[in-house]
Amino acid sequence: MSKKKLNMKDRYRLLTRDLDWDYSYQDYEEIFKQESFEGIKITDWSKWEDPFRLTMDSYWKYQAEKEKKLYAIFDAFAQNNGQKNVTDARYVNAIKLFLTGVSPGEYQAHNGFAHVGRQLGGVGARVACQMQSLDELRHIQTQIHAMSHYNKHFDGFQDFAHMHDRVWYLSVPKSFFDDARSAGPFEFMVAIGFSFEYVLTNLLFVPFMSGAAYNGDMATVTFGFSAQSDEARHMTLGLEIIKFLLEQHPDNLPIVQRWMNKWLWRGYRVLTLVAMMMDYMLPNKVMSWQESFEVYFEEAAGALFKDLARYGIEMPPYAADAIAEKEHLSHQAWSIFYNYGHAAAFHTWMPTDEEMDWLSEKYPNSFDQYYRPRYEKWREMEEAGERFYNPTLPMLCQTCQIPMGFTDMENPTMTSYRQSEYDGDRYNFCSNGCKDIFDYEPEKYVQAWLPVHQIYQGNCGGAEMEDVLGDYYKMNLGADNLDFKGSPDEARWNAWHNLKPAEDKLKKAS
Amino acid sequence: MTIEIKTSTLEPIRNTFEHTKRRFGDKPASRYQEASYDIAPETNFHYRPMWQPDKLLNDSSRTAIVMEDWYAYKDPRQFYYGTYVQARAKLQEVTESNYAFFEKRDLADRMDEKLKEKVVRCLLPLRHMELAANMNNVMCTAYGTSTVLTQAFLYNGMDRLGIAQYLSRIGLLLDGNSTESLARAKEYWMSDSAWQGLRRYAENTLVVEDWFEVFIAQDVVLDTLVYDLMYRQFDHVITEAGGGDLAMLIEFMQEWHKDNSRWVDATLKSTIAESEHNREQIRTWVTDWQEKAIADLAPLADIAVGEQAISECVDVLGKRLAKAGL
Amino acid sequence: MSKVYIALQENEESRYIVEAIEEDNPDATVIYQPAMIRVENERCMVIKRETVEEKMGREWELLALHVNLITIGGNVDEDEDQLSLTWNS
Repeated sequence: MSKKKLNMKDRYRLLTRDLDWDYSYQDYEEIFKQESFEGIKITDWSKWEDPFRLTMDSYWKYQAEKEKKLYAIFDAFAQNNGQKNVTDARYVNAIKLFLTGVSPGEYQAHNGFAHVGRQLGGVGARVACQMQSLDELRHIQTQIHAMSHYNKHFDGFQDFAHMHDRVWYLSVPKSFFDDARSAGPFEFMVAIGFSFEYVLTNLLFVPFMSGAAYNGDMATVTFGFSAQSDEARHMTLGLEIIKFLLEQHPDNLPIVQRWMNKWLWRGYRVLTLVAMMMDYMLPNKVMSWQESFEVYFEEAAGALFKDLARYGIEMPPYAADAIAEKEHLSHQAWSIFYNYGHAAAFHTWMPTDEEMDWLSEKYPNSFDQYYRPRYEKWREMEEAGERFYNPTLPMLCQTCQIPMGFTDMENPTMTSYRQSEYDGDRYNFCSNGCKDIFDYEPEKYVQAWLPVHQIYQGNCGGAEMEDVLGDYYKMNLGADNLDFKGSPDEARWNAWHNLKPAEDKLKKAS
Repeated sequence: MTIEIKTSTLEPIRNTFEHTKRRFGDKPASRYQEASYDIAPETNFHYRPMWQPDKLLNDSSRTAIVMEDWYAYKDPRQFYYGTYVQARAKLQEVTESNYAFFEKRDLADRMDEKLKEKVVRCLLPLRHMELAANMNNVMCTAYGTSTVLTQAFLYNGMDRLGIAQYLSRIGLLLDGNSTESLARAKEYWMSDSAWQGLRRYAENTLVVEDWFEVFIAQDVVLDTLVYDLMYRQFDHVITEAGGGDLAMLIEFMQEWHKDNSRWVDATLKSTIAESEHNREQIRTWVTDWQEKAIADLAPLADIAVGEQAISECVDVLGKRLAKAGL
Repeated sequence: MSKVYIALQENEESRYIVEAIEEDNPDATVIYQPAMIRVENERCMVIKRETVEEKMGREWELLALHVNLITIGGNVDEDEDQLSLTWNS
């Protein structure tokens, strides 16, 4: 029998698209109930172009290879107590933030992609989403395994899922993913597949992973690079969904544009935590947030949106606001966390002289003018034994749920403060971007479980902050929280390295 | 070389995560335990799903089954992502070399045309059924709440896609990449009287709302009957008729079914053992779907194997259900 | 100026892949960063299986790129013989 040669595209189509059929015993609309309620019009699923054409047999083969290599490193790391080789124990606080803030987001993405992996009518799209769901499960599980050894030697990792559901700053990423998952399947795809996994992903992953590499964290850097090859597949899926939706029907353009505008801003706000991590939590700095933003957003997204212009897509308007903030974002964020160090499950601290000089150099237009003076003041207080902890609770932005610590770029000493009224109540926002998101769908955003409101309403336990932190958040007070100086993490680190302990000049906050 | 450090300063300060400590005690947890229990979001969801506003994002009321603790399950294979892909990769390696051998030695030419046609008519249309199985299991992943269950559903769902792809490759091996065997198989699936009951059954499962009912209809009832019919009985029939080379192409499905059944059985058993309520609910679903499945499968069983075939499948299902406590 | 790029984990296999990319895309820039090799080019870049195999001295499937890949920028088009990255504007 003569054999034809089948090319890769055709073969993949036969092995995925061709599995589908025209339903006749049940209606298509009953099988795919969520396809039309968002107003998106799909005329022809067969126009879907498959991103990476990976059949399951290749998936198993190559992913297993990656897992073997990855777990060999995890084992070696644990066996050799690799945690003592990081540059400094302060670094470990960056990955505490990762496990409590980012990893549960992977789980949410896993769940969300399983949902659209069933709900989308096109089999090619479904298969790509299902594979992403499987990848995201991989990510959270390998992250848990990477951090498992750290958990045995540092404070703050031990109850990550419990904390993610309750702790004030973790509602920022939690609400982001809840927002995406509660949206319809096409908005989810634009929010996560495109905006997060394509436009913003490098702003999250490369800093964390490079930060790990620069600071001797073998476990995390290995995880990071191993996960990134999955991300390449995710990126191509994200880009494909946009192109597909825009090519299907002209009516989709304004809907997709609006989603892009919303999710770029919403995602950017979540990355505040990364900005602060890069500039303040890495003993060996990789690059500044500003530099990272310029490469991974301004340049990269610039090229992307130029490419998308042919569909009528424009750069989201709030991109300009994000760019305007790049010299301020990390400093304002770190200041917030320094204030609330008693209520965070990771340590905070004042930068050293060298670090302040690095910040001056990297931020010539903002650091010395607006932030050095306050840091010098806080340092003074520390040295006098009065390390500052803010005893009040902050107002949160209703949309992004970050404390209202951002300032107007026209005048960086003024808090950026916006308001809307809805159904007799007043809602507060950190920016025009967040206000606009609320104003378009207020009935959604009024539902938010704002941590500070919930504490005041008595839904987080005890009358005192200590009860909220210790019982409801399950923080180990005096271990997970407060300044790095004087922490059990610091003491252990010094013991491992036979270093003299720093003199304890700090009084705890009352 | 490391500096000499007193070993006491490198003693772990804790044995495991809090979530595993609460559940399994204060000792090092296994990787499966760390990554499968109590990591899913449980509370304080911010917004109701726009696509189902009467439920929460993660909501155990998406099924009529009631469990006091949705983590009171254990996958007997203890699959988390890493062990899952490595297990499948081992199977894949053997399978790939089987398929390569079949192709290299032109074993398709050794099969007589009538036998090939029987394979095209009776086996290949399963590639479409497996797509429905993929959709159903992914649905369970999306709407279940406990990772111990939902991850196993996802592995199952992706396995079904893999099987659908192997079935497609069988067609391509038999028709020398002309693709016409797959076109014929689809025609059978769409209009052959032997397949219409099953296609209707599959489409009916795709509109069920309760994910545990989907599990019953697909993974428990249908799969048990179909896998026994096609991967045991039909396998014998083809081998007896001189098509024994097919066996190397369907070995994956047989091995997979054995492996997957361990998990299906354990899950079914734990759920039934939980309460009279669950037992009754499952019994109702099983009775209902089983009746349909047997009627729908009988025409295929007749032409693929023979008159007695369907009753053998029913026996296998009966035994399985009895083992689970029904 | 729209650059396409690919970043690979720095290891033995990746070095051969990078060599192949340099040969097939003479204007590409290679940047070494900790644990990572990044290759950039204006508008378009192509990775050819045959060239990689030649450098490696053994058979190599394009899909194996997944094992070393870190990140990618540009519209992707792939078949069994090559993977290309392009920006249209």
